[in-house]
Amino acid sequence: MTFEVDISARLGGFDLVVAFETGPGLTALFGASGVGKTSVLDMVAGIRRPDKGRIAVDGNVLFDSATGVNLPPEARHAGYVFQDGRLFGHRRVRANLLYGWKRAAPADHWIGFDAVVALLGIGHLLDRWPATLSGGEGQRVAIGRALLSGARFLLMDEPLASLDAPRKAEIAALVLRLRDELKLPILYVSHDAAEVAMLATQRVDLDARQ
Amino acid sequence: MAGTLPLAFVLAYALARGRFLGKALVEALVTLPLVLPPVVTGYLLLLAFGRNGPVGAWLEAWFGVSVMFRWTGAAIAAGLMALPLMVGAIRLSIEGVDRRLEAAARTLGATRLDAFASVTLPLALPGIIAGAVLGFARALGEFGATITFVSNVPGETQTLPIAIYSVLQQPGGEGAAARLSVIAVALSLAALLAAQWLARRTRVTRDRHDV
Repeated sequence: MTFEVDISARLGGFDLVVAFETGPGLTALFGASGVGKTSVLDMVAGIRRPDKGRIAVDGNVLFDSATGVNLPPEARHAGYVFQDGRLFGHRRVRANLLYGWKRAAPADHWIGFDAVVALLGIGHLLDRWPATLSGGEGQRVAIGRALLSGARFLLMDEPLASLDAPRKAEIAALVLRLRDELKLPILYVSHDAAEVAMLATQRVDLDARQ
Repeated sequence: MAGTLPLAFVLAYALARGRFLGKALVEALVTLPLVLPPVVTGYLLLLAFGRNGPVGAWLEAWFGVSVMFRWTGAAIAAGLMALPLMVGAIRLSIEGVDRRLEAAARTLGATRLDAFASVTLPLALPGIIAGAVLGFARALGEFGATITFVSNVPGETQTLPIAIYSVLQQPGGEGAAARLSVIAVALSLAALLAAQWLARRTRVTRDRHDV
């Protein structure tokens, strides 16, 4: 199993209860906004703590309330591509890309800087400040930063949501390459059924419940 | 001043990010010197640091030193008066940094401390500089608390405003007062210019020394 998630958490006004197991490829977490899709990604990444349950990726246990395992985010090797990019505004694109790379152990450098820059087509952006990037450019840099951090799997939160149609198609094609060429397991949040049908190898539906 | 900045930073961080018992009280105490008449602050310092005061007796017993009528006492008064302004400015700038950026840094492999030092701190730096300059300006203008606490000893506890006031008390002191005022204006102006220059420079250096 690639992603094994079986968690419950009290979120604002409702209880989030999610359980799924996935194979390799891209798993879409599908559901209307407000059902806690992003919270699931946050819990897999370790920046939000479930009340109880278990999270494992490729057999590595990241969280298990029964045995008291709760790895800190920096030890989970998650490549999180946030919906809002979250690039560091005080560093140029190059430094953003290298932020995680410099912090990863050499053994985790499974992809090189030049390879990522070529794959994402961002060579002309390296000396720019994040504030000057368009939505699509920012999303590419965010993906590159995640890949270079030594990520063993990707968490993508609506990476196409804020883009116009041509940009959407570009980034979607890129996501397929990450899935098929780099063979990275991806947990992908979306509320767009067409997008999910195009990208996902597996779909998990999240429903609102009280 | 140099001693006040780290203290102000710790207090500002605790007030911006912390949740602890008595936070409102700490916040009120830090702000107190700003609203209290300076003479009252000076008098309270006198009670605390005087030979029979709790802190003063302790310093005397353990280190054999006293801050009374010494420049160290004047520095304590100036630091305390500068503290609320520094804490206020630094706190605002820390609160202005998006905490989600720290979360992003964590997922990229940064420990909590590393994320703070490499993301939050540089983004808050202009505010920290502004706080330091405000504090410096406030300390430079210290009058009431200092004169009440450690009196007016030329060469030891005489701050610039106290010196100006002293020379104005003597006949023919206008010339000296004018000269000292020029120094005050020059120092304040230099501090402001230095702060602007530092704020501009941080952006460039930060990029060059990316960690």
